[in-house]
Amino acid sequence: MSAGRDIILGRVRKALGRGPLPPEKQLKLRSRLAHPKRNLVPQRGDLAGPELVGLFVTMARKADAEVERLSDWSQVPNAVRQYLDRNHLPLNINLAPEPLLQALDWDGFQVWRDLPRREDKVAVTGCFAAAAETGTLVVTSGPEHATSLNLLPDHHLVVLPASRIRGSYEDTWDMLRLAYPDAPPRTVLWITGPSRTGDIEQTLQLGAHGPLRLQILLIDDLDDA
Amino acid sequence: MRVTSPGFKANAGRALTDPQLQKALKRLKGGFQVARLKAAEQLPEFEALRDQAREIKDFTLAHLDFYLELFEERVGFAGGKVHWAANASAAREIVLDICREAGAKKILKGKSMVTEEIGLNDHLEAHGLQVIETDLGEYIIQLRKEPPSHIIAPAIHVSKDQVSEDFRKHHTDLEPKRPLEEPRELLDEARQILREHFLTADVGITGANFLVAASGSSVIVTNEGNGDLTQTLAKTHIVVASIEKVVPTMEDCATLLRVLSRSATGQELSVYTTFSTGPRRAGDPDGPVDYHVVLLDNGRTQLLGNEFREVLRCIRCGSCMNSCPVYGAVGGHAYGWVYPGPIGAVLTPALVGVEKAWHLPSASSFCGKCEEVCPVRIPLPKLMRHWRERAFEAGKAPATQRFGLKIWSLFARRPGLYRLATRLASRLLRMLGRKRGSLSKLPLAGGWTSERDLPVPPGPTFSDLYHRRKS
Amino acid sequence: MPTKPEVGLFVTCLIDFFRPSAAFAAVQLLQDAGCSVTVPKAQTCCGQPAFNSGDSGDARAVARTVLKTFAPFQYVVVPSASCAGMIRHFPELFKDTEHAETAVSLAARTHELTGFLVDVLGVTSVRADFPHAAAYHDSCSALREMGIRDQPRQLLRSVTGLQLCELSDAETCCGFGGTFCVKYPEISGKMAAAKTRDITESGANTLVGPDMGCLLNMAGRLSRENSHIQVRHIAEVLAGQTAAPPIAGPETE
Repeated sequence: MSAGRDIILGRVRKALGRGPLPPEKQLKLRSRLAHPKRNLVPQRGDLAGPELVGLFVTMARKADAEVERLSDWSQVPNAVRQYLDRNHLPLNINLAPEPLLQALDWDGFQVWRDLPRREDKVAVTGCFAAAAETGTLVVTSGPEHATSLNLLPDHHLVVLPASRIRGSYEDTWDMLRLAYPDAPPRTVLWITGPSRTGDIEQTLQLGAHGPLRLQILLIDDLDDA
Repeated sequence: MRVTSPGFKANAGRALTDPQLQKALKRLKGGFQVARLKAAEQLPEFEALRDQAREIKDFTLAHLDFYLELFEERVGFAGGKVHWAANASAAREIVLDICREAGAKKILKGKSMVTEEIGLNDHLEAHGLQVIETDLGEYIIQLRKEPPSHIIAPAIHVSKDQVSEDFRKHHTDLEPKRPLEEPRELLDEARQILREHFLTADVGITGANFLVAASGSSVIVTNEGNGDLTQTLAKTHIVVASIEKVVPTMEDCATLLRVLSRSATGQELSVYTTFSTGPRRAGDPDGPVDYHVVLLDNGRTQLLGNEFREVLRCIRCGSCMNSCPVYGAVGGHAYGWVYPGPIGAVLTPALVGVEKAWHLPSASSFCGKCEEVCPVRIPLPKLMRHWRERAFEAGKAPATQRFGLKIWSLFARRPGLYRLATRLASRLLRMLGRKRGSLSKLPLAGGWTSERDLPVPPGPTFSDLYHRRKS
Repeated sequence: MPTKPEVGLFVTCLIDFFRPSAAFAAVQLLQDAGCSVTVPKAQTCCGQPAFNSGDSGDARAVARTVLKTFAPFQYVVVPSASCAGMIRHFPELFKDTEHAETAVSLAARTHELTGFLVDVLGVTSVRADFPHAAAYHDSCSALREMGIRDQPRQLLRSVTGLQLCELSDAETCCGFGGTFCVKYPEISGKMAAAKTRDITESGANTLVGPDMGCLLNMAGRLSRENSHIQVRHIAEVLAGQTAAPPIAGPETE
């Protein structure tokens, strides 16, 4: 195995016409990683407050996500109930074990708090952040958020506080590095709309292997943020 | 995988007369190409981002050893393991060993061109493992035992009727009366079948669109969600990626992502962009317990050191084939191996040998559209021309062509002789076809006249007329 | 008083052989724009057929004639974007040879005809009559190699009576591609057929373009399809020299 390593690195250096980089050059390259430099970031996301939230909503809808705006967390269960009613679904949800979600009043729901099972149709989760430039949700794995929750159930309902919306991908990486200084979580998943495929005669269809629908419950918490 | 590239001409001939394929190719033009243009128009910085994307790739390639070692180190910090495979067979063995060690029976795969390149599925199946492709397009062509015909839309050549037939043939539990014609019905059937596989897989294998050195993360970009289910639900996740996929930082990756989806499908961003770092952490309810990355060379280091280095910038978006009139005429299978279109015309000779694949870089009108749309600005026509140089040196060009060039060169470097020869040729053509203005047949010009008439000069050459007039 | 721009006209082998009227028209357009035009006798081909076939040796041998013949001129003007583009490749072809410097300098002084008229000389209109619906074909070399898109259109719009038609798929190759069209005739034919369909649907009765190779291909295809659409080099229309029968057209008595 290490033979392969030596062969490849040797070939790379031969192709580049040099030996291993000198230590001082390596040090310089490493120091750049500690403070990663941003490349050109599109101006599109260079907004704040309601404009930034507006851009997120526009872009998320463009990617076929549905966005519903709520004034605070306590409205979440009712919004979920209405969504289920609209879609003729029973009040069974798979709820991510996040404290803010768990603390809500889920009276009248059948709530499953473990990994999704074959029969689970609806997942309700939070999310770490969002990038307005493309209406993208940033979801992280961890004890409070199984990755399969984002993928297995047919309906994914995501609760997103407006205060977690940033303009660009780079902004969300800055947030992530603050929250996880040593290493990113196992999975950082960017979600932009519900899953889709065009593999049969290039006919676009929503709902391939992931969710058929992506419903974003956007909490307007900008004032108290 | 069998290489049929030497038979490009025959392959292309068949493709041109295949009405079903021609219908599919027509759709391509209105689809991806138009969508890409729209997406580019909607982002004012798109052209500048392409420049930066190119610079990021060039910089990384110039320090490739450093970033590969760093990537290995960071994967190790996160609890994963990096394996180095100098060639295809080493990569196949490494993957097989990991599968065996995991006691695996069922292997699921996310879409990966590099595993097509190394013929991984056949190898694993030959050793008794069940391998299931999970991308819908890949799943369809796996059932049909066909290679992909497009790097991001592998089943683009297949009609829905054919898919329906394939499903009825292979899904033996299917109710004969159940309707299975429309794309939605077909998708639902595949979703249901693959869902069961996702939940019972032992190993999930994916490729990588990028490897981020700073964090030791592998990145996949998908729309269906199959890649994520593949790598989340199995106990072991194996990433197979070629060495040029590495980029320094998440910031660099962000820049490349901004040009990737827009160039590929015209989406602002694909539905799922997944950054995977190591195996699941303590307390994580799901995710793989083991995480392996197989770094593959298989000829890349050779390209790094010769006139083809720029092809290593490729991020496999497929925009070159979407815009290529030759691909648009003959489709992907005519190219006869894994990578079709302009990128295939440059990569294939490097990976299977120019003696087998010389037709591919030769069959281009050098219209330059591929270079125009390439997100990392690979000068594809120039690189194809370099392959033509190598093929010419190797004596691969047909004898008639070599002979023709010699005769032409003999005259073209002697202006006096050239004038005499063109004067005679012009007279001859006019004798044959001046009245009509064109010829529909001419000995030795069948390549021209099989498709079009040959215009006849209306009079003597310009050189004769002009200098006669002047004197 | 500024001196006249000294132009060496590189006729190109295809125009020399198939379309003398286009070269005469080019001479006139350049003279009308105030240039002193020389047509060197010692010219043949730019070397592109060999260059694109991977035969650098023969390409260099032929290209050396071009270097030698045209080095003295202030400008080299070519009524063909593809051959002008080939001269722009000379620096690559002569890299690390004794001609490297000449090649770089010649490449920088070489222009396609309509680009030269508009971008270098500042010509904005021509004096010509052509009462026809004409479509302009963007040859790939003009469009992508030489940056020629608006220049010929601007000049065509100034032609009295000319109605400019746009092709719906203007930026797609016609299938000529030099030796490509005879090496892979069926693929080339498929591309040419798509192009002639587009031309026919544009409503034009005349097709003009800046590259003789593409024009021969499309004229030959249109002739095979018994189309009534006439094909001419753009220089003929811009110079008002349209007495010659169209390309592949029958002799007029």
